[in-house]
Amino acid sequence: MYAYDELDRTLINERVSEFRDQVKRRLSGELTEDEFKMLRLQNGVYLQLHAYMFRVAIPYGTLSSRQLRALARVARRYDRGYGHFTTRQNIQYNWIKLSELPDALADLAEVGIHAMQTSGNNMRNVTSDQWAGVAPGEVEDPRIWSEILRQHTTLHPEFSFLPRKFKIAITASEHDRAAIKVHDIGLRLHKNADGETGFEVLVGGGLGRTPFIAKTIKPFVHGRDILSYVEAILRVYNQYGRRDNIYKARIKILVHELGIEKFAKEVDEEWKQMGHSALTLDHSVIEEVRSRFSYPVYEKLPHMPDELKQAAHDPLFERWRKNSVAPHKVQGYSIVTLSLKPVGGPPGDATADQMDAVADLADKYSFGEIRVGHEQNLVLPHVAKRDLPQLWKALDRIGLATPNVNLVTDIIACPGLDYCSLANARSIPIAQELTRRFANHDTAEMIGRLHINISGCINACGHHHVGHIGILGVEKNGEEFYQITIGGRADENAQMGALIGPAVPYAEVADVIEDIVEAYLALRDRPEELFVDTVKRLGVEPFKERVYATR
Amino acid sequence: MPLVKNGRITTDLFVQIADGAELPGDGAILVPAARFLEDPEAMLRRAGKLGVIWPNNRNLDDLVPYLDRLAAVALVFPSFRDGRAYSQARLLRERHGYDGELRATGQVLRDQFVFMSRAGFDAFEVKKDADADAFAETVKRYSVFYQPTGDGRVTALNRRMQLRHSESAGQ
Repeated sequence: MYAYDELDRTLINERVSEFRDQVKRRLSGELTEDEFKMLRLQNGVYLQLHAYMFRVAIPYGTLSSRQLRALARVARRYDRGYGHFTTRQNIQYNWIKLSELPDALADLAEVGIHAMQTSGNNMRNVTSDQWAGVAPGEVEDPRIWSEILRQHTTLHPEFSFLPRKFKIAITASEHDRAAIKVHDIGLRLHKNADGETGFEVLVGGGLGRTPFIAKTIKPFVHGRDILSYVEAILRVYNQYGRRDNIYKARIKILVHELGIEKFAKEVDEEWKQMGHSALTLDHSVIEEVRSRFSYPVYEKLPHMPDELKQAAHDPLFERWRKNSVAPHKVQGYSIVTLSLKPVGGPPGDATADQMDAVADLADKYSFGEIRVGHEQNLVLPHVAKRDLPQLWKALDRIGLATPNVNLVTDIIACPGLDYCSLANARSIPIAQELTRRFANHDTAEMIGRLHINISGCINACGHHHVGHIGILGVEKNGEEFYQITIGGRADENAQMGALIGPAVPYAEVADVIEDIVEAYLALRDRPEELFVDTVKRLGVEPFKERVYATR
Repeated sequence: MPLVKNGRITTDLFVQIADGAELPGDGAILVPAARFLEDPEAMLRRAGKLGVIWPNNRNLDDLVPYLDRLAAVALVFPSFRDGRAYSQARLLRERHGYDGELRATGQVLRDQFVFMSRAGFDAFEVKKDADADAFAETVKRYSVFYQPTGDGRVTALNRRMQLRHSESAGQ
């Protein structure tokens, strides 16, 4: 965990006072709605269909139990007793009152949580691998760098009024769990031939109505230069990014229009001009940030404790363990994913009671630490294997032991038309129906890894382009229709899915997905061949035929 | 529109010259970039201070050769959402060493004051009287800064390092 010091706390409190003043000026009419809109957006406050929505940052997905309890308290005190975890390591509250927002922020500030730059045309919450620091084989803990970037991007005096939003994600593992290739800047931590730490820098990825996979702009930027290099990219973007059309304002469009070589040249020139600047990170500065991350003192534990051997006789426990428990870098420990995707539930929602209970379990079993992943699930990152059976029982009691992690019902979905004023169609009921269709765990396990992503509009908050199956809500003559894509992925081999054919009406979506899955089961050449690999091998045609033959 | 300079509302000594208007014989003037570039040397020879209003979509390279002879540069915020002039301001101050008046014009509102002063602006044509009145108190909103800019404020990282050094020196 990163420990905020007096300076971090002071800044957050100063932000709360500033926002309190801004809300006061809005309520008194001193600020117009147009003027206030920008200010509230800088602080994660959207006006949705029914109420204000409040988005709170969970930088690089790391939470302490104390912080999670504070999130629960906000859900209870200012909202309707639940929160929604998003695809960018944020939590959203959907029913907040404007007049109470400053108090909610003040409550969160007490535990070092804020909502700065969770929306607006600025540098957004820096995200990372939810397994950072515990995944086997990691280059090093990417959260050190995430925190350095978090500080650097917070209230940046030059880049707080960019052409459009700007998202940075960092990974330090070969397997990319942070979806860096669909970010404005993706950073892959690795070591050069001399063993020095640095980054492959990718730029111009993004979804929305014009999706692009990020391109490598520089294969290696030394760690000490990462802030100046990022600043050079931002400066080029701030000056040349389009401001005449909101849909063409993201950096991906600039990179696309200039071409990556020309864009890289512009950035390099700017970077050279910056030279050795105050942004260069001395070793001691990096170590200072590193020193404020605390790590658990792990016990020396056996690889296979007796408790686990005994519990293995319980098929329900085994099913959960095989699905939701992953290897930890320390022997005797595990990384446990808590599915927020119960059958029939809205993906990513957690009640205040669940949050409190998870905080208690984190204290008991995970050194007080919780992670939030972009798949909208929670993680307990340091669970001793001997505790797994007890933990499983406890999770099951609070509805967080659904063994569907990475399976067909582990659906990523945006809030859609049930909440969002941008949406064309509903997302949540589609997800709920699909979880009911595939509620049988044996079937889901037989299908294997399959990511379904649902967005209620072209803004693609549900990342539908990179779902193995992507579902995009569109509006046709006042009715909800859905375009289906297949073959997308968000990992290190990221690519966009391909459209299978004409959009289908709301009522048929679940049937169509069932058809696609059945086609896959018939077409895969062996049970281990994942859905996305079958699509890669055969293309969309056989799936298209299956879906549209009878429609 | 009140002008805030050195943290206080002050009288604007510069007269803004509209396109095509005749230049006064002396006194401080602010001229649009295009007008200035027609004949920079002639304008610089004129008695009285000279300032240039530089649009936010124009490269600074054309302005840089004259910086040391200009009394003011005014950068433009056509809308508070358009942040290009923040980059221009930092480049003028930090890369080109410009130390004359750097003025923010256009839609300049209270909640940009901190960003602007950090980027190097020291004069502000403030849109609303109430915002101008609140200037001094608004720029004090923050005492902690994460990014190094040319404004000389010590960053949080540096304060931490200093703290560490003084702690270890005291042992």
